[in-house]
Amino acid sequence: MLELDDIQHYLLTRPQASIARYNFITFRNAQSGRKWLETLLEVIGTVNSVNAGSATDMRWVTVAFTFNGLRKLGVDEDSLSTFPEAFKQGMAARAAMLGDTGENHPDHWEDKITSPDLHAAVILFARDRDECERCIQKHQEYMDQHPGVEILSTVHLEATPPFDYVHEHFGYRDRITTPAIEGTDIQATPGSLPPSKPGEFFLGYPDETGVIPKMPQPEALTRNGSFLGYRKIQEHVGKFRDFLKANGTTEEEQELIAAKLMGRWRKSGAPLVLCPHKDDRELGFDDQRNNNFDYEKMDPHGYACPLGSHIRRMNVRDNKVSQIMNRRLIIRRGGTYGPALPEDAPEDGANRGIAVFGGCADITRQFEFLLSVWSTDPEFQELNEKDPFIGNHDGTFDMTIPKRPIKKKLKNIPAFTTTKGGAYFFLPGIKGLRYLISLK
Amino acid sequence: MNNHEWASPIATSLPKEGYFKLEEGRYGPVFPQTPANYGFTVIAKVKPGREEAIREYGKVIEEAVKGSPSVLAPLKLHYLRWVLFDVGSGLHFMYQGIFDTDFDKYVEDAIALFNSTGITTVFVNLEGWPEDWRTNVDAVTRFFREHQRPSFLEYGEYPYVSADEVKKALKLKAAFSEMLDQMQ
Repeated sequence: MLELDDIQHYLLTRPQASIARYNFITFRNAQSGRKWLETLLEVIGTVNSVNAGSATDMRWVTVAFTFNGLRKLGVDEDSLSTFPEAFKQGMAARAAMLGDTGENHPDHWEDKITSPDLHAAVILFARDRDECERCIQKHQEYMDQHPGVEILSTVHLEATPPFDYVHEHFGYRDRITTPAIEGTDIQATPGSLPPSKPGEFFLGYPDETGVIPKMPQPEALTRNGSFLGYRKIQEHVGKFRDFLKANGTTEEEQELIAAKLMGRWRKSGAPLVLCPHKDDRELGFDDQRNNNFDYEKMDPHGYACPLGSHIRRMNVRDNKVSQIMNRRLIIRRGGTYGPALPEDAPEDGANRGIAVFGGCADITRQFEFLLSVWSTDPEFQELNEKDPFIGNHDGTFDMTIPKRPIKKKLKNIPAFTTTKGGAYFFLPGIKGLRYLISLK
Repeated sequence: MNNHEWASPIATSLPKEGYFKLEEGRYGPVFPQTPANYGFTVIAKVKPGREEAIREYGKVIEEAVKGSPSVLAPLKLHYLRWVLFDVGSGLHFMYQGIFDTDFDKYVEDAIALFNSTGITTVFVNLEGWPEDWRTNVDAVTRFFREHQRPSFLEYGEYPYVSADEVKKALKLKAAFSEMLDQMQ
């Protein structure tokens, strides 16, 4: 049912890439923007083309547009008015609600990401550095052919050592859980939610309500499209390691603290609910087991996995917290930017972190809910706490670790992260891109 | 909630808008927590001839909660009150809720639960309820905002206490009684 030869590959495939580059683009005028897009079209991958592609045929390019970008390319005002409010306003305008205050405020964001001239994002994947150089070179050639199109800024992403598992700078293993979707080959692993209806992520399909939600207009542009919420999050690795050391005397204790903050063991991703005392690497890497748990029955008080840990907030797995968990999902894509901080090296102040896109059909119900309620709302689970990693901390909140006989408190959680950028994009299908090219 | 804030009753008067400082939620301004926690008072006119349909649904909701006591748990409720009254210009319906989280945060959960428990059947009998309420969260939110009458005064005998805290305290009391029995 899903039109996999029209949907851009980005949210449904996992190219074997270790390097990526985000180019943030501005169109000086509509005509050059459309011309540039027309030239680029041949290398933009669909789900089918990427899945069928050989090692030498890597059409891993993705392109998405801001609201201003769609307007700049000539989408008419009547159509633009049918797009969702959050997308129209842009992420920076919704900063207070999203918790982007203080150091995280859009005034401090990088890469000209809040510029009204930001019109599009081009995401390039590459298997390795040589391929990356070739792609960058090639994209530069496209740009040179279209002088009315300029790169505003660039974010370079590259996997960091050790390379035997995917992780971010703090060292947490990543990409363990992703939503399964009907009509794709992403299967639900044991313990996960049943496969989602495609309309939760792609416009023009029934969502979990059983009906096809009204699409922004025209459908020629929006069918098979998705919305993307972009976040660039700096990780203060030195500060994080100092915190672990201050709260754990032995390496084992420090690993346990790291696991309690996340809800999974750092190096394996093994869930605390299934192995609360000691990491279990085999379990962590076993997809048939590493999501096969719940909280309501197996760990209601959070003795294994704290109620306020990152994974227990972002994926609540508990009907009492939400009976529509299947309507709060996003597909995460992204990676790490900046140099790795070697073990035992002191904080060097370098800019490093993650730059991620969250794909969904409804920015407000899915992406914004996760940030504004489950991560930053102090009332979540009556905790008077925030997500330890993305809860815009200022050192005034604690984190409770339930423990018998008496709970333990990690006092004054510092800001392990700072938001450095964010924007909303629309990711059209190939027909949608053709529609944009055809505009006059 | 901090320390013993609950021990001393508080009354808070509110400006006409219902909030002190405009703060945007995902779907518009959010209303502040008061000593009586969060809540709303929604008043709307009943479509002619629908009184019985609404009254009958009292039973439906009673059964839904009996069958699945935690069905409304995600809404963090204390109390809900459904009232029908005629102010001379026709029959009106009042829906008043007190809960522990701002309505804006769980509005999509609320709509889904309205659907699954039959609460919506009450609303479809009200004038102005959007036809496409199942899929149009914005329209439903707009209905609630347009029909919401903010309080100008709210009072809490045990201010800011959440339903979960009340239940925890009662559980603790029960556990202590049990413990004392076992000590005999």
